[in-house]
Amino acid sequence: MKENLCKIYCSPHIHSSETTSRIMLYVILSLLPAMAGSVYFFGFYVIKVIFVSIISCVLSEFIFQFLMKKEIRINDGSAIVTGILFAFVLPPKIPLWIVVLGGFIAIFLVKELFGGIGFNIFNPALTARAILLASYPVEMTKFINVFDYRVDAITSPTPLFIMKENINQQLPSLWQMFIGTRPGCIGETSTILLLLGAIFLLAKKVITWHIPIPYILTVAILSLIFKENVLYQIMGGGLILGAFFMATDYVTSPITRKGKIIFGIGCGIITYLIRKAGGYPEGVCYSILFMNMLVPLINRYTLPKKFGSKK
Amino acid sequence: MFKGGVKLLDFKSLSKNEKIEEFKYPEKVIIPLSQHTGSPAKPVVKKGDYVVEGQIIGEITGFISSNIHSSVSGKVIDIVPWDLPTGKRTMSVIIESDGEGKSIEKIKRDWLSLSKEEIINIVRDSGIVGLGGAAFPTHVKLTIPPGKKAEYVIINGCECEPFLTCDYRVLKEFIDEIVEGIQIIAKAVEVKKVFIGIESNKIDLLPLLKNALKNLKIYIEVEIKILPEKYPQGSEKHLIKSILNKEVPSGGLPIDVGCVVFNVQTTLAIKRAVCDGIPLTERVLTCTGLVKKPKNLKVKIGTLISEIFNYCQGELKYGRKVITGGPMMGIQLFDLDVPVIKGTTGIILLPEENLPEKIQPCIRCGKCIDVCPMFLLPSEIGKYVEFGRFDKCENLNVFDCIECGCCAYVCPAKRPLVDFIKCVKFKLRKK
Repeated sequence: MKENLCKIYCSPHIHSSETTSRIMLYVILSLLPAMAGSVYFFGFYVIKVIFVSIISCVLSEFIFQFLMKKEIRINDGSAIVTGILFAFVLPPKIPLWIVVLGGFIAIFLVKELFGGIGFNIFNPALTARAILLASYPVEMTKFINVFDYRVDAITSPTPLFIMKENINQQLPSLWQMFIGTRPGCIGETSTILLLLGAIFLLAKKVITWHIPIPYILTVAILSLIFKENVLYQIMGGGLILGAFFMATDYVTSPITRKGKIIFGIGCGIITYLIRKAGGYPEGVCYSILFMNMLVPLINRYTLPKKFGSKK
Repeated sequence: MFKGGVKLLDFKSLSKNEKIEEFKYPEKVIIPLSQHTGSPAKPVVKKGDYVVEGQIIGEITGFISSNIHSSVSGKVIDIVPWDLPTGKRTMSVIIESDGEGKSIEKIKRDWLSLSKEEIINIVRDSGIVGLGGAAFPTHVKLTIPPGKKAEYVIINGCECEPFLTCDYRVLKEFIDEIVEGIQIIAKAVEVKKVFIGIESNKIDLLPLLKNALKNLKIYIEVEIKILPEKYPQGSEKHLIKSILNKEVPSGGLPIDVGCVVFNVQTTLAIKRAVCDGIPLTERVLTCTGLVKKPKNLKVKIGTLISEIFNYCQGELKYGRKVITGGPMMGIQLFDLDVPVIKGTTGIILLPEENLPEKIQPCIRCGKCIDVCPMFLLPSEIGKYVEFGRFDKCENLNVFDCIECGCCAYVCPAKRPLVDFIKCVKFKLRKK
């Protein structure tokens, strides 16, 4: 009888059913609508991109952990999430070898070298995109029209590019941007499908409103002040994807609610600054990476005051 | 209402409707001399002595200490070190009962004619300690330190831990005695305003309570507060925050905000000691969980947990664990042959959880910080402990932690955060 009692645990003796892998599963599920939409908009090639990206990420993680003799934890699903998110921020006609390289950069360089899950400073998918954008600017900005499934599809500028450069081209309608039938990165185009996923994540309490809502509101208010079309600013680029799925990354965002709101507002300001005054038409990626750097600082100044401390 | 905390499934329906049953007169009791917070009692009996129920066997050894009484009549067969359910080992008096149940003379008193000093003395002599789990000597709480003044008495009937129902049953079955006890406490600490805090899952007690409060013997105002079900509502500091919206200062006591808090069973014990002359030799506890017959039992202090466990038809199979106390703060037993002590609120048989073998990395989701009712950073403390940086933890206010377990409960990586914190507290205290 006594040997059954040998495994002794510290309190508490009950735990919530939530686990790391379940959170990752929820994130993957929330990305499925946008994924399905992107395949419909940009053709079958997109499936290949997403698939290669996932394989590249998971394999990179496995190889690193194997080589470093660390515990193999590819089954927690975080590499899959990185893989999907990385594919989402690539243009639809990206050569597959760049995808492989990007997955490697995201996991090997940005995540595992910093200590693996929970320790990376920058968002892996976004850092990989930033590095690739600097290295292969032509391939990384080759956007195409929707429903143009041909191999040599004609390139077409994104709404933000049209607005930024004032080129003589018809902007997609608001409805098109809401549904997602506009040129852009694989996963960023459809506002409605991304919002569906975001609502799911909010309902499952995987993410909270403290980052995405201040982020989007800041961009909206700034565009109002500078008399831009607010809805085009919100739906024309990667803001929805970035705000709900990238900026909310647990590891690279502040730990307190107050800090999260500051983080969201900061992302919003920098996004708008880059769009308005910077060299690129889109600033979501860089703004989040920039704010990632400030996370330790934000954490330091937003720590909660302990219960019963003198006010 | 306090910030933080978690909502838990309460599982109270398992034993909620079981009437308090008197557990059989034990054949043998093991009465530890240190069941309370503070210095251990000094044994005043020898091997071979005959003792009766209610006789002092361990004498108080300081201000923060407590008398220990025999809970049966019989012969002292030994005084040896024995394991406590808390994992400590202390000197314990083993008494073989003769089954006759002889008792010391019970002096009936009219509490109205007693002075507050007399009441406190009776409470001290009767060995009463907080029966909510912490076992802090009650006479210390009743003695208001000079320069301080108590304005409110709070009766804690929250019982926020899942599974436990003993306080609920005590409130239901002994409400008149508890109301008497409340008045005795109010007299002892010279307070006119009393709050009774209960969680909303005990709302069916409301008419009963209101009825019992109709005939008070002294002039006090008693207010019943129905509080939302949220763990750790029953924590002293959080109960005060919920009822009075005052924060007990860090490192301070409830009296610093003019409060004294008593558990319902403590209140009952005070009444019985003062009015009926019965020292603290028994308590009500809940034996529940996966046992076949969950029960609320009135048990003599010193009864072996294994006997109670068998009586409730508990069966130990592979993958099950027995804990004493509630599932959030209770302690897992590695041996069932340990005695019930004054602070034992329950015995619960739980399934072993499927927790990871190795410590998983923190994913920095921040959920532990959101739920921490003391507004600490469990994730950060956990990381420092994991990497051996105990020195860093003091700045993170690790000593303010009440070990309620909310952080470890919500952690998706199932990190043993309470374990970390208990470990670093131990290391820092030793230094």
